[in-house]
Amino acid sequence: MDFLTIIQVLDSTVRLATPLLLACLAGLYSERAGIFDIGLEGKMLMAAFFSAAIAATSGSVWLGLLAGIVSSLLLSGLHGLASITFRGNQLISGVAINFLAAGMTVLIAQDWFQQGGRTPSLIGGGRFAPIELPFAEALSGVPILGPIYSELISGHPILVYLAFLAVPATWWILYRTRFGLRLRAVGENPAAVDTAGVSVVGLRYAAVAICGVLCGIAGAYLATALQAGFVKDMTAGRGFIALAALIFAKWRPWHAMWACLLFGFLQAIALRYQNIDVGGFVIPVQAMDALPYILTVVILAGFVGKAIPPRAGGEPYVKER
Amino acid sequence: MDKMPKWADVILIPLISLILAAILSALVILGIGEDPVAAVKLMVDGALGSTYGWGYTLYYATNFMFTGLAVAVAFHARMFNIGGEGQAMLGGLGVALACLYVPWPHWSLALIAASVGAMIFGAAWAAIPAYLQAKRGSHIVITTIMFNFIAAAVLNYMLVNVMRPKGSMDPASARFPEAVHLPTLHELLAPLGISFSKAAPANISLLLAVAACVLVWALIWRTRLGYEIRAYGHSETGALYAGISPVRITMIAMLISGALAGLMATNNVMGEAERLVMNATEGAGFIGIAVALMGRSHPFGVFLAAILFGFLYQGGAELALWTSIPRELIVVIQALVILFTGALDNMVRMPLERLFLALRRKDA
Repeated sequence: MDFLTIIQVLDSTVRLATPLLLACLAGLYSERAGIFDIGLEGKMLMAAFFSAAIAATSGSVWLGLLAGIVSSLLLSGLHGLASITFRGNQLISGVAINFLAAGMTVLIAQDWFQQGGRTPSLIGGGRFAPIELPFAEALSGVPILGPIYSELISGHPILVYLAFLAVPATWWILYRTRFGLRLRAVGENPAAVDTAGVSVVGLRYAAVAICGVLCGIAGAYLATALQAGFVKDMTAGRGFIALAALIFAKWRPWHAMWACLLFGFLQAIALRYQNIDVGGFVIPVQAMDALPYILTVVILAGFVGKAIPPRAGGEPYVKER
Repeated sequence: MDKMPKWADVILIPLISLILAAILSALVILGIGEDPVAAVKLMVDGALGSTYGWGYTLYYATNFMFTGLAVAVAFHARMFNIGGEGQAMLGGLGVALACLYVPWPHWSLALIAASVGAMIFGAAWAAIPAYLQAKRGSHIVITTIMFNFIAAAVLNYMLVNVMRPKGSMDPASARFPEAVHLPTLHELLAPLGISFSKAAPANISLLLAVAACVLVWALIWRTRLGYEIRAYGHSETGALYAGISPVRITMIAMLISGALAGLMATNNVMGEAERLVMNATEGAGFIGIAVALMGRSHPFGVFLAAILFGFLYQGGAELALWTSIPRELIVVIQALVILFTGALDNMVRMPLERLFLALRRKDA
């Protein structure tokens, strides 16, 4: 494998890791506040459809992004209503949201565009264009560092940079602000937060809303930057891989980034090579597909450092005793 | 004292949830510019208007009975088995191995072996998440989701690299031999003088599913083990105090759950396709969640809910055939049913409880 191939694989790793990272951070806010969210997949799918649909009809990718975020926020609101206000089962609510998105996107797509559940292909201003960072062209001649800068770091759509900037931002919000402290507290011991006079319901809705915004961006990235348009079930389990990455990272932002890059790398490898020959022993492509899930189960099993979720996760908060 | 009578809990709440889901579905149909009344009429005609329609409705219902029971048994032990899909896929593998590699003289023997194979494979796929939940405290919902994806990869590998006949491009196993063909309802009912559509896939595994409903009922409410499962589901500490081992109950409940989900393969793989294909389960494992919630985890409720969803599935296929409404409408209805009967249960329950309390106060 020569240097250029490595750069190309890593480049595609970054592009594939971006939606995982956005969804993973989305789940991080929600789960740190004690609201389990297995509906990341559905929210991304819904956002992917609406961003592509609005971008296709209006010709503006920014309007598309906005539509994606709003649609994802609506599903977040539903999740909040079910799991915070009505103290329902958060897991069941997530399952329902996934199915709702899977069905509604195709139904609306068929009604609006009559193309068998897809949107028209996005062209021109309907997509996020790659951004050339300054001096990328000039520095590309420099050995080793030149290609790394011009091929790997430069030339991605803006949402990629946004996703990677969201990692330090999330770390800062979570560990260096009052809101972050309260958010973490509400996921560990909501009664204590309540006693301190801070609204548990308000904090949890805020967390679920941030989750909705990030899932919306993730979905919009899929449909308007990674690909050009929406196709049925285009998230293809990415919401669950993001969930896996979140557990793998033990609910911490920087670790989440590395976990998403690892899983993105696995996807990039599986895309590029079908079967990998390691000294006469062939690793089938299916093993690469299953690896994120297997790794997550191993981590969950606690054989390699135990993953302990936020203590109040999944429990509706009941004030009165 | 209970806040409301039992009949309200068992019948009224699911009914109101169902009506809410139906109203929203009607609004969705209106929203895409179709007529809900005409759509319902078409669905009823297509799914229940002929023995052909019934044959498909009952075929789907058979799948959903197995997966619904699987989710229900786990619910009784207060576990959410979201892995029915993967367990049913592996069950298909068990059925295919039993049917392909043993020369069976008669379908009845093959059915017994295939059922055992399906149950073992399904249970084995549930065993690892169950063990991790019981011994290591890993959340069963997450592990079973992961195992669904791993199951898909395993099946993909088996079909592409191992079981695919030479020269075939299709990722599917060879066709099962003629001897293991299960009698369809047409063949079963003909000796009784009842004519039933020849083309419909409903087969003898429907009886197996009904038997499973009865057996699960007997297990949960008439045996010591069932009592222990319910006690554990009700209160873990209480069960522990009564000398019930959480590890044992978790394992047993999940093994039964996985075996039931696996058994679905006798219907879709052995009864219908007669070979193992990639997407044989078609999401039936997930519909089991809706069926179990709707049926309040009671086998008779599961039976009724499975038939309802069978009707929706067949009716939805007819809709997709004759109108511009895609099949995904059923996925939306399924989502709404899960939402209202599962997640938003309290939205329906709390006002009702208040109503019954107010009524009771007036009586007193």
